[in-house]
Amino acid sequence: MAKQVIQLDRVVIRFAGDSGDGMQLTGDRFTSETAWLGNDLLTLPDFPAEIRAPAGTLPGVSSFQLAFADHVITTPGDVPNVLVAMNPAALKANIKDLPRGADLIVNADEFTKRNMEKVGYASNPIEDGSLEMYRVHAIPLTSMTVEALKEFDITKKEAERAKNMFALGLLCWLYHRPTEGTRAFLEKKFGSKPEILAANLKALEAGWSYGETTEDFSIQYEVRPAPMSTGTYRNITGNIALAYGIVAAGQLSGLDVFLGSYPITPASDILHELSKHKNFGVLTFQAEDEIAGATSAIGASYGGALGVTTTSGPGVALKSEAIGLAVALELPLLIVDVQRGGPSTGLPTKTEQSDLLQAMFGRNGESPVPIIAPQSPSDCFHAAIEAARIAVEYRTPVFLLSDGYLANGSEPWQVPDVATLPSIDPNFATGPNHTKDDGTSEFWPYLRDPETLARPWAIPGTAGLEHRIGGLEKADGPGTISYDSENHDRMVRLRQAKVDAVASTIPDLEVDDPNGDAKVLVLGWGSTFGPIGAACQIARRSGIKVAQTHLRHLNPFPKNLGKVMKSYERVIVPEMNLGQLSMLLRAKYLVDTVNFNQVRGLPFKSAELVDVITDVAASLEETK
Amino acid sequence: MSTDAFPALSLVPKSDVELSAKDFKTDQEVRWCPGCGDYAILAAVQGFMPELGLRKENIVFVSGIGCSSRFPFYMDTYGLHSIHGRAPAVATGLAVSRPDLSVWVITGDGDALSIGGNHLIHALRRNVNLKILLFNNRIYGLTKGQYSPTSEQGKITKSTPLGSLDYSFNPVSVALGAEATFVARTIDSDRKHLTEVLRAAAAHEGTALVEIYQNCNIFNDGAWEPLKDSDVREDNIIRLHDGEPIIFGANNDKCVVRDSSGHISVTDLATADPAMIITHDAKAEDPGLAFALSRLDDSRSLTNTPIGVFRDVTRPSYDRMAQEQLAKAVEDRGPGDLQSLLRGSDTWEVS
Repeated sequence: MAKQVIQLDRVVIRFAGDSGDGMQLTGDRFTSETAWLGNDLLTLPDFPAEIRAPAGTLPGVSSFQLAFADHVITTPGDVPNVLVAMNPAALKANIKDLPRGADLIVNADEFTKRNMEKVGYASNPIEDGSLEMYRVHAIPLTSMTVEALKEFDITKKEAERAKNMFALGLLCWLYHRPTEGTRAFLEKKFGSKPEILAANLKALEAGWSYGETTEDFSIQYEVRPAPMSTGTYRNITGNIALAYGIVAAGQLSGLDVFLGSYPITPASDILHELSKHKNFGVLTFQAEDEIAGATSAIGASYGGALGVTTTSGPGVALKSEAIGLAVALELPLLIVDVQRGGPSTGLPTKTEQSDLLQAMFGRNGESPVPIIAPQSPSDCFHAAIEAARIAVEYRTPVFLLSDGYLANGSEPWQVPDVATLPSIDPNFATGPNHTKDDGTSEFWPYLRDPETLARPWAIPGTAGLEHRIGGLEKADGPGTISYDSENHDRMVRLRQAKVDAVASTIPDLEVDDPNGDAKVLVLGWGSTFGPIGAACQIARRSGIKVAQTHLRHLNPFPKNLGKVMKSYERVIVPEMNLGQLSMLLRAKYLVDTVNFNQVRGLPFKSAELVDVITDVAASLEETK
Repeated sequence: MSTDAFPALSLVPKSDVELSAKDFKTDQEVRWCPGCGDYAILAAVQGFMPELGLRKENIVFVSGIGCSSRFPFYMDTYGLHSIHGRAPAVATGLAVSRPDLSVWVITGDGDALSIGGNHLIHALRRNVNLKILLFNNRIYGLTKGQYSPTSEQGKITKSTPLGSLDYSFNPVSVALGAEATFVARTIDSDRKHLTEVLRAAAAHEGTALVEIYQNCNIFNDGAWEPLKDSDVREDNIIRLHDGEPIIFGANNDKCVVRDSSGHISVTDLATADPAMIITHDAKAEDPGLAFALSRLDDSRSLTNTPIGVFRDVTRPSYDRMAQEQLAKAVEDRGPGDLQSLLRGSDTWEVS
């Protein structure tokens, strides 16, 4: 039976269910098939901190949103066009985001009296008319899956668990996605359990067939591939891209990588990924605590490795003293902070940008540390290399501020040619660098490079360069302990000047101002790049002149930042915090900013940013 | 010196020339208080270092914070004076990534057992190739005289004018409980014994904890006097020798025996049943005897204080196993190819 096929340019689907329903897996598989088809895409997983919250409750709802399009997109979508709700809790938790007219696929089997009571539904929403503004497809997913699998020698529970594959099969049919990748994936995952494998494959197929035969779905949708530059693509999440960036930094610098880390959400996947790549000389050390994660990395850096520590905000708080030590020792240390909602334990699985000031100032004394922030999941790769470059070449700890959205979100990535990646020069000290009054030579560990102000990095095993360094203040040059007040004043300024000098290696900030006549600039940093970009495009389509620029280097800032800001009448700074970047901007440039701040644990919605841009542009018109 | 004496250091390059204690002295003025026990330890370590036969550029001293932690500044090797309590973690990162180094940790009772207790126990259980010298003076020196985790309960100090309330740690018991493979105790003023213990520690593969009873003559003078006063010390000290019966006393008239219930105690040698006299076995897999010995002394009077090597057992070191995993990964999969890593297995082409 041939069904009508409608071309769409963009679709946003949200899969929602219990934490144990396999929604993240379903979303991942649908994403993979979509990537393979050549659509541009972005994903937004959203899950609770509990591994298995009580079944059927609102706190236990896990969701995975995916936007895909026939053109380049920069956000995972403000609102879904399709919601797949596997139970009443998933419906209740997500229905408020669903726009009128959207498709709603619900697992009718789960709408039992008990399940509905758990989340406060007095009557069945499928039947009571409360969903009539949606195109509701109430499908008994569980019982149809069990029915389809009755021939298999598996328990009822095992059969029920395959319902996510049934749903995936249906969605793949509905949106013309292939299923080969998922079949291959299942074969790998359940290779040792042939009966479970066969059942899952059958459920996938049954879901597809159901779509084809049922009268419930009269239309199939198609989203053509997006025009993208030629090359090889893969899909990648921020955490994996970041891990690859660290591996690459080791290769590009010729340094062994040492990762000292303590597991923490949402950064642990970087530790997991790096632990797989020992054949790249990557040594991963799961430390006894956050402090040991950082200090062991400092020890490894002292020995000539690229010391890395990965964590989230609470871990940074614990590592603060160690980071200060790295500032004083002037040794490379890459600190990856995958930010999450705070303060304290906060919202472990939700995103936020609220560690900027902690990274900037969260240490005792004058303790400057360069800060880099990636702007998309795949950009985590290049940002990690850039952070490592600064750490190694300037002998300094460097913060890499990712966040929960980038960490778990994914997008297609054009695989870079490694020959185009920058090299990183560790430039180890090999001999004495100072002549004593008596004509003999010696090694001064704090005799700086006049240009970069970086000190020599002499590693143990290098004869004649034995030296002692530590957290106590050091004499400028010889590096011996010094309590001299003038020397301390000079050393404090030198350490600051060294970090400031990094700016000379940072490209000027580029502004996207299509006609060059915008009076409003939107300035962001980190993961808000996508939503801000989308909002600017939408605003421009309605005739608003708005420019966009985005900071990758938060400390030091690009040299032209002040000039850029001063060339616009209004600078809007959207942040997922209460105004941390804007505080730095105002302090440094004495330029006022219009702040837009949200800390809801989720990325900005473009529509909200469009409203802000529209309001600010309108206020400028009024003042004329 | 034959290199075979230190097989645990087989990966560390040997010196081409014979070094002397002088080669390990720096030009830095030593700034401990006059009369501090640290001077004797420094001299003993500098005197022992040449015996290792290693290139001194492959030796690193790592410390935390406290009086003892200034030690690396006085050793003409590589040295790292880190932050309070973290030296074992810093040294772990260094030792694990650089198997060609001989890494020594210098710490004190506050640094190792208070602020850094967590790092110490985990370094011990991991068995990283570190030699940890714990200077125990039962007091906080650098912060000017507060009680420490090894101070006897009831200690009157600046922060405890009515006496400290905490029960004290026994560092040897702690180390044994933390699965240490090598645990020893010695005394700052007994250079011969201190050097013997350093030698045994250096020969051990993995983490070695050496507790050194050290006198702080400013804030806790005489803390170890019963073990130092030549009139009484031999009656208080039990010198442990592996494989020998535990007999001690100025007149060799006391011994350690195990009764039928398994309990160990000190008794007169003359009246002891010879079959019950314990022969020290530092190599015993079961740490029970070592632990019992660590509980034998009276922590106030210091009677019956064992010194020497309590435990010295063989277990592969963390750093060796970590390096083996790296080597095996290269052997199994070949050296990493970045381009193929980035490509992954699930790509598509846009043409």
